[in-house]
Amino acid sequence: MKKNSFKKNLKENMPLLCMLMPGVIFTFIFSYMPLFGIVIAFKKINMRTGILKSPWVGFKNFEFLFNSSDTYIITRNTICYNLVFIFLGLIISVGLAILLNEIKNKILSKTYQTILIMPYFLSFVVVSYLVYAFLNTENGFINKQIISALGMDAKVWYVDPKPWPIILTIVNFWKNMGYSSIVYLAAIAGIDAQLYEAAQIDGATRWQQIKYVTLPSLKTIMTIMTILNIGKIFNADFGLFYQVTMNSGALYPTTYVINTYVYNMMIAAGTASTGMAAAAALYQSLVGFILIIVTNWWVKKYDPDSALF
Amino acid sequence: MIRTALCSKNQHSKKRKNGQGTEIFLNVFFMVLCILCVLPVLLVFSISFSSEESIAEIGYALIPKSWSLVAYRYILMSYEKVVNAYLVTIFTTVVGTIISVSVIALYSYAISRNSFKYKKFFTFYIFFTMMFSGGLVAWYMICTSVLHINNTIWGLILPSVMSPWYVIVLRSFFVSSVPNAIIESGKLDGAGEFRIFVQLVLPISLPGLATIALFTTLGFWNDWWLPMILNTNPKLYNLQFLLQSMMKNIELMNQSEAYRANAGKELANIPTDSMRMALCVIALGPILIVYPFFQKYFIQGLTIGAIKG
Repeated sequence: MKKNSFKKNLKENMPLLCMLMPGVIFTFIFSYMPLFGIVIAFKKINMRTGILKSPWVGFKNFEFLFNSSDTYIITRNTICYNLVFIFLGLIISVGLAILLNEIKNKILSKTYQTILIMPYFLSFVVVSYLVYAFLNTENGFINKQIISALGMDAKVWYVDPKPWPIILTIVNFWKNMGYSSIVYLAAIAGIDAQLYEAAQIDGATRWQQIKYVTLPSLKTIMTIMTILNIGKIFNADFGLFYQVTMNSGALYPTTYVINTYVYNMMIAAGTASTGMAAAAALYQSLVGFILIIVTNWWVKKYDPDSALF
Repeated sequence: MIRTALCSKNQHSKKRKNGQGTEIFLNVFFMVLCILCVLPVLLVFSISFSSEESIAEIGYALIPKSWSLVAYRYILMSYEKVVNAYLVTIFTTVVGTIISVSVIALYSYAISRNSFKYKKFFTFYIFFTMMFSGGLVAWYMICTSVLHINNTIWGLILPSVMSPWYVIVLRSFFVSSVPNAIIESGKLDGAGEFRIFVQLVLPISLPGLATIALFTTLGFWNDWWLPMILNTNPKLYNLQFLLQSMMKNIELMNQSEAYRANAGKELANIPTDSMRMALCVIALGPILIVYPFFQKYFIQGLTIGAIKG
C-alpha cells in the first residue's frame, strides 16, 4: 500500500522532478562530492596514488595545524576583520540608508545610489589595481601627492603590515557600503506610512521618527543580515585579502586569513601542506557550521520571527 | 508591484519637514562620498593616459603634466593577447549565463510550487550547501582528478553554474509574483508542467530572471578565481586573469612578434606603469559603460532577495 502511494507520488511529481535534475546534478558534483573529500584531512595525501589509496594518518594533520603559529594568526585575523566588517558595516549601511531616505530630491538620491553601488561591480583584480595606484612606492598617489606634500618620507606600503587593517577596512567599505545599504533602503520604503503620520501628529521630530519608527521597523532585517554574516564569520573574502594585498608575504601578520592560508598551502608543493590545507578547510567548515546553528538557535529563543530556519 | 505601490504611497503622504540646512548638509555629504567612490577609478584613467615623463616627474596624478596615448599604442601592438582574453571572457560569460540561468530557474521554480511533494527535501538539499562545504582541497581534487576539467574552457564555467543564493532569491520571486491561479488555469486547460512553465510562468517572471541573469553575467565577467585555480594554459586566460598576471609580470605582453620588432629599439622606455593601468581600463570599461543602464535591475534584485519567504 505504502509503496504504491510512493510510486503514485513519484509519477505525479515526475515533470517537476525532471526540472530539478540539472540543478541536483550540478549541486551534487560541486557541493556534495567534495563532502566525501573531507577524508583528505585524515590522510597523508598522495596526488599520484589518489585519495582512496593514500594512507590514513588520523588526526596528524590537525596536530600539525594547531601546533603551527599560523593557525592563531589566521583565526584571529579572520574573526577580527569580520567582526569589524559586520558591526561597523551594520552601522554604516543602516545609517546611509536612513540618510539617503531623508533626501527630498528623488533624482539626486537615485544618482547617489547609482554611484555608491558602482564599486561593488568591479572585480577584486581591478580593485587591486586601484589600490596599487594609491600605494605604489615610487609613483603612488599617496607617496607622491600626499606624503611628499606633508614633507614626510615615502613609505613602502606593501611591506609594512601595520597600516593594513585600516587599508583593508577602507577598501572593504568602499566596495560594499552602497550595495549593503540598498537592502535597508528597500526595507525603509516598505514601512507603513501611517506610522510616520501618527508620529507627526504626536509632534515627533525627524530624529524621533527615525529613533522610534524607522529603527524598530528595521529590527528584523537587521537581525537576519547579522545572523547571515555571523554564520560567515569564519569565511574571509578571498579577493580582498589575496588580490588587494598582492599576496605579499611581508603583510601576513595582519592580512593572512583562513581562506588565503588554505589556498597558499594547497598550491605549495609537498604532501604535508596539502594535508594541512585540507585540515584547515575542514576546521573552517565545521566552526562555520556550528556558528550558524548556534546563532540561529539563539535568535529563535529571543525572537522566533527573525530566525532563519 | 506591491512594494513599488507602497513606495509611492509613502512619498506622497510623508510630508518631509527637513529644514533647508539639513537638506544642504545631506547633499554635500553624499556628494563628497560619491567623489570618494569615483576617485580611484578616475585616477587609474588618468594614469593610463599619462606620459612617461609626467609619471617620472610627478608620479601618479589626477591631472598629469602631459597626456599621452603611448600605453594604448603599446597594447595595440600586442593585441592578440587582449583579444584572446576578451574572446575567452565573452564565451564563458555568454555560455555560462545561459546554462546558469536555465538551471537555476528550473530548480527554483520546482521548489516554489506548493503542490510539489518533495519541495521540503530539495529546498534543504540546496540550503545545506550554503551552510556546510567540503572545503577547497576536496573541491579541487574533484575538479582535477575526477572531472578533469582543469585547463579546459569548461573548468571556467561549470563549477559556478549553480548558486544556492540565487536559487533562494528566485524562489522567493516565484512565490511572491506568480499567482497560483495562473498555474491552476493552465492545468484546467490541459497544459503539462513544462508548458505551464515556459508559456505562462516565464513571461511574467522576466524581471526576476533578468536580475539573476545580470548577476551571473557579472559573476562570469569578473571571474579570476576559476582561471587562477584550475587553469595554467595561457590560451585560456580570461580578461581578469590576464590583468592579474600582468600586475606581476608586464613582460607577458612582450611575446608577440610585432611588439618585439617595434619595441626592440626602445625597449628601455616601455611605459610599464601606464600600460598596466591602460589594461585595467580596457578590462573595466565594458562594465562601466553598461552599468548605468542595468543598475535598476541590480537594485531590484537586491530587494527581492530581502523578502523572506
